[in-house]
Amino acid sequence: MVGELEFEKPVVELRKKISELREITKEADVDLTDEIEKLEVRLEKLEKEIYENMKPWDRVQIARHPNRPTTLDYISLLFTDFFECHGDRNFGDDEAIVAGIAKFQGLPVTIIGHQRGKDTKENIRRNFGMPHPEGYRKALRIMKQADKFRRPIICFIDTKGAYPGKAAEERGQSEAIARNLFEMAGLRVPIICIVIGEGGSGGALALGVGNHLHMLENSTYSVISPEGAASILWKDASKAKLAAEKMKITAPDLKELHVIDEIIPEVKGGAHKDMALQAEAIHHALVQSLKELLPLTEEELIANRYEKYKQIGEYAVQTDNEYISTTYK
Amino acid sequence: MIKDLFTKPKKKKYATIPSEAAKHDVPEGIMTKCPNCKKIMYSKELTKNLKVCFHCQYHHPMNANERIASFLDQGSFAEMDQQLTSSNPLQFPEYIEKLEKDQKKTKLNEAVVTGTGRVNGHEVVIAIMDSTFRMGSMGSVVGEKITRAIEKADELSVPFIIFTASGGARMQEGVLSLMQMAKTSVALKRFSDHGGLIVSIMTHPTTGGVSASFASLGDYNFAEPGALIGFAGRRIIEQTIREELPEDFQTAEFLLEKGQLDAVISRLDLKEKMTTILDIHQPGGDFEWLEN
Repeated sequence: MVGELEFEKPVVELRKKISELREITKEADVDLTDEIEKLEVRLEKLEKEIYENMKPWDRVQIARHPNRPTTLDYISLLFTDFFECHGDRNFGDDEAIVAGIAKFQGLPVTIIGHQRGKDTKENIRRNFGMPHPEGYRKALRIMKQADKFRRPIICFIDTKGAYPGKAAEERGQSEAIARNLFEMAGLRVPIICIVIGEGGSGGALALGVGNHLHMLENSTYSVISPEGAASILWKDASKAKLAAEKMKITAPDLKELHVIDEIIPEVKGGAHKDMALQAEAIHHALVQSLKELLPLTEEELIANRYEKYKQIGEYAVQTDNEYISTTYK
Repeated sequence: MIKDLFTKPKKKKYATIPSEAAKHDVPEGIMTKCPNCKKIMYSKELTKNLKVCFHCQYHHPMNANERIASFLDQGSFAEMDQQLTSSNPLQFPEYIEKLEKDQKKTKLNEAVVTGTGRVNGHEVVIAIMDSTFRMGSMGSVVGEKITRAIEKADELSVPFIIFTASGGARMQEGVLSLMQMAKTSVALKRFSDHGGLIVSIMTHPTTGGVSASFASLGDYNFAEPGALIGFAGRRIIEQTIREELPEDFQTAEFLLEKGQLDAVISRLDLKEKMTTILDIHQPGGDFEWLEN
């Protein structure tokens, strides 16, 4: 199978061996059923061992897997009547973000998500899922429309980050991201954000100010890529593995830091192993969130977002600090 | 012997040639050399001129203390939340040591100083970032102090003014740093919806997560001349697009030209211009003539 990852190699090899033995049983006149059964027990144990003890770096690899389901994959599995809307009405249409309207179990919703490609051609079209300012401005336009028609907003987060390019800077990448954070705070409808792949820095956060923030089990959310962190902190990009551990970027880490609400369990070995089954788990989480958020009033939804973000962050109160009594002219 | 007194002393046969390093060396403290035009001037005079070079108008970096002294009415500043310090939430190696080193160096406890004060009589809440402390990077403490300052402005119904200077998010606090962008922006939205005035003055440098949150969210976004302002770092952009960027890329003047700023304001004019803005935003006002 293509796209197997380094850490799951033992599982892949064992599986191969089992199917080889099966072939032999079929073709030759030897009965290896006992052997196969034994190996299957071992496989189950091995799978459990490997997939339940994934290191942060293993999860990074899964989150970046080329076959990992994207926003459009989930849209087709979770919603009906999806209608995509294009353009920011100012500059252009950024295909690194998809936005539109649809129905979720009959309920009208607005969907916005980063969109990367699965092959080179599509990745070029989608700019590898790294938006320009017009992408964020399109997202905001569609969110404001959701606010007008009182539709819940569902955001899928899946980007390495906002695109670091010349044109992006000229058109105000910073302002576009900042504006989304600011405006999302004031929307009068429920906002549910789900990190489905990589949540890379401000470019991810610009679709991420919600009432509920969930992460797929093997997705990551970080202030900078592990490679970037390693090169800034230790001037050595090859220490990315270490950075992935120290930076606390996995779903269980973020749950512990009280940044996210729920971890959405993933199919064994990662969402790409069974897209439909994965969509079911997301469906379940969406139902739960909507049940909680739909009864809230507009004021309660806005207050809920305020409190959610206000509590994030840890600090100490130090009254004996020698620098606190600085005198000012 | 006496004759010797009336003759010119012979020229010395040797002369000391200053070393390359010494040529650029300026006596510490007394004199300052402008890194832009290379001219040398008295530090005291330069400080009196708000650290703006007499010759080329280069804006030398200002720390939080100097900013308070230069911008607020004398004696009007009252600091808030100075007791907040980092608790190293990710248990990041060597982080606390780095913080302590910068606390000693800067006599600040974090990269932002917040408080209340007056600008030519106008009450304001002010936040001043200081790039000498961990490059002005934003972690939990910076986010919390700025959020509390915004809430204070909301409570007092006075304008919120922020001087930004930051390399971006603080790596050592990971995703918690990232979330401070959301936290401060959410607070600004509430304040803004209550009619609060927000003024952002971007100073050198304002990049990354700080530029992509409160720094860009002013009702008025200003910058100091020559300040570096941008989302992504120059080196990263050059690597991504594989071309060299223009010299003035991401400067305040460049952004003004691209429509990203309201104005670039010299430090020497800032207090006066800010007073005009605060005057115009003063509730009430003198327009009895309308009724006649």
